[in-house]
Amino acid sequence: MSNGTQHGPLLEGLRKTGATGIFFFRLLRACVPALARPRLIIAQVYNAGARSLIIIMLSGLFTGMVLGLQGYSLLERFGSEEALGTAAALSLLKELGPVLTALLFAGRAGTALTSEIGLMKATDQLTAMEMMAVDPMRHVAAPRFLGGLIAMPLLAAIFNIIGLYGAQLIGVQLMGIDRGTFWSQMQGAVGLRDVVQGIVKSLVFGAVLSLIAVNEGYQAPPTAEGVGLATTRTVVASSVLTLLLDYVLTAAFL
Amino acid sequence: MSGPDSLRPAPPASADEAVVEVRDAHYAIDGRAIFAGLNVRVRRGLITAVMGPSGTGKTTLLRLITGQLFADRGEVSVFGRDIATLSRKEIYAARRRMGMLFQNGALLTDISVFDNVAFPVRENTDLPESVIRKLVLTKLEAVGLRGAAELMPAELSGGMARRVALARAIVMDPEVLLYDEPFVGLDPISLGVILRLIKQMNQALGITSIVVSHDVQELATIADQSYLLSAGRVVASGTPQELARSDSETVRQFMTGSEEGPVRFHYPAPDYASQLLGADEG
Repeated sequence: MSNGTQHGPLLEGLRKTGATGIFFFRLLRACVPALARPRLIIAQVYNAGARSLIIIMLSGLFTGMVLGLQGYSLLERFGSEEALGTAAALSLLKELGPVLTALLFAGRAGTALTSEIGLMKATDQLTAMEMMAVDPMRHVAAPRFLGGLIAMPLLAAIFNIIGLYGAQLIGVQLMGIDRGTFWSQMQGAVGLRDVVQGIVKSLVFGAVLSLIAVNEGYQAPPTAEGVGLATTRTVVASSVLTLLLDYVLTAAFL
Repeated sequence: MSGPDSLRPAPPASADEAVVEVRDAHYAIDGRAIFAGLNVRVRRGLITAVMGPSGTGKTTLLRLITGQLFADRGEVSVFGRDIATLSRKEIYAARRRMGMLFQNGALLTDISVFDNVAFPVRENTDLPESVIRKLVLTKLEAVGLRGAAELMPAELSGGMARRVALARAIVMDPEVLLYDEPFVGLDPISLGVILRLIKQMNQALGITSIVVSHDVQELATIADQSYLLSAGRVVASGTPQELARSDSETVRQFMTGSEEGPVRFHYPAPDYASQLLGADEG
């Protein structure tokens, strides 16, 4: 790491990508035995998932309400307000749900994961586990990775449901669209394919963002500054990669 | 020398047996030599002190012994086997026979004192919870903290945290205990308690102990055998009394804590006067 700068940013980037790749391979290998300890994974689903519920629900509600307002004012111009349910459902399921959940996840759960693992490393907790013949990859990294992977689609699903409720609140309660039309148009237009697309995106984001968060924590220099910088890198890398991958996945699905 | 790894060696016939033996070890970090021909022999059942000024690689030595690092050259053998030749599984098996006390305790901060001490047992054995409970309470009683079982690590003082870490280190009944700077930052009472515990662990349980520290006075009261490291090698070895009588300048400087001697207090720097006078000229 120390002589990374003298080789230039390209080589340093390549080295980091390689190191992350190797870490990912080790992590996957540790996931198999980690599955035998479901309690550790459930604890991490709680940490990454349940503890993010409030911000996910609030964000979902407001996103849905904005969709309701904007969608209504746009569709009204063409006299097709009753299509609001379809418009809101497709935007949420395919794009806004998975992407916004991933961005919020990076800020809430991702940073928590990185700083937790970074501090465990800085205070010798990971070495202590090694000394007690417990593999920290298996006991610390893998459950957190799996926890994030499981939590992400669940959070996105909750985001979508609350978002739809928000859109309905504006469209039906405030603007007076017929409730039956709102839901039946949505039911008719949204197919299983749209739902699957959202779930696949969420799973990919869950895997990539959890990997970034755990990897940054694991590689963080064991100092206050090192852990701080690693936490920042988690948010930046997660956000950029989420949007980049969203484009790639959307293109692949079309 | 020592028996096969799988067998617990019989204590009586092994008075002079080396549990850990470092032979001509060389180790460098980023091209800077930490060890250049280090030789250390830790005999079963004794308290072996490894002393030396800060930065002489005392902690690195513990990492070599526990297989967290490997020597560039030379051999580090533990329980009679070269640690560099062991598989990861075998290294873990060797570590189950050792306990280590970290400088800051290194307790897992998200679980209670009780769960910290129970951690290695739960992870490495299939013992029922009722047995684990008795085991953990016995060890906590030994370090005087049975009453603190339900506290979280953040609620402990530095000295208490180190005692809990000691309980955790002995809960698997190790043959060897490694102490990394156990006296740093302790008040006199906690220090006395830790000293007494180290001696007790050794005498009552027959645990071989390796204590890495620079607290000469404290070590002198408990160590059976001492090694003084400097510049990557052992510069003196023997009982603390023998070291105290040594006429080597390095040993004397270290034992008396003098600023003058072969170990320099000042980091290498350009001439003081010329640097001060030339400061304005940039």
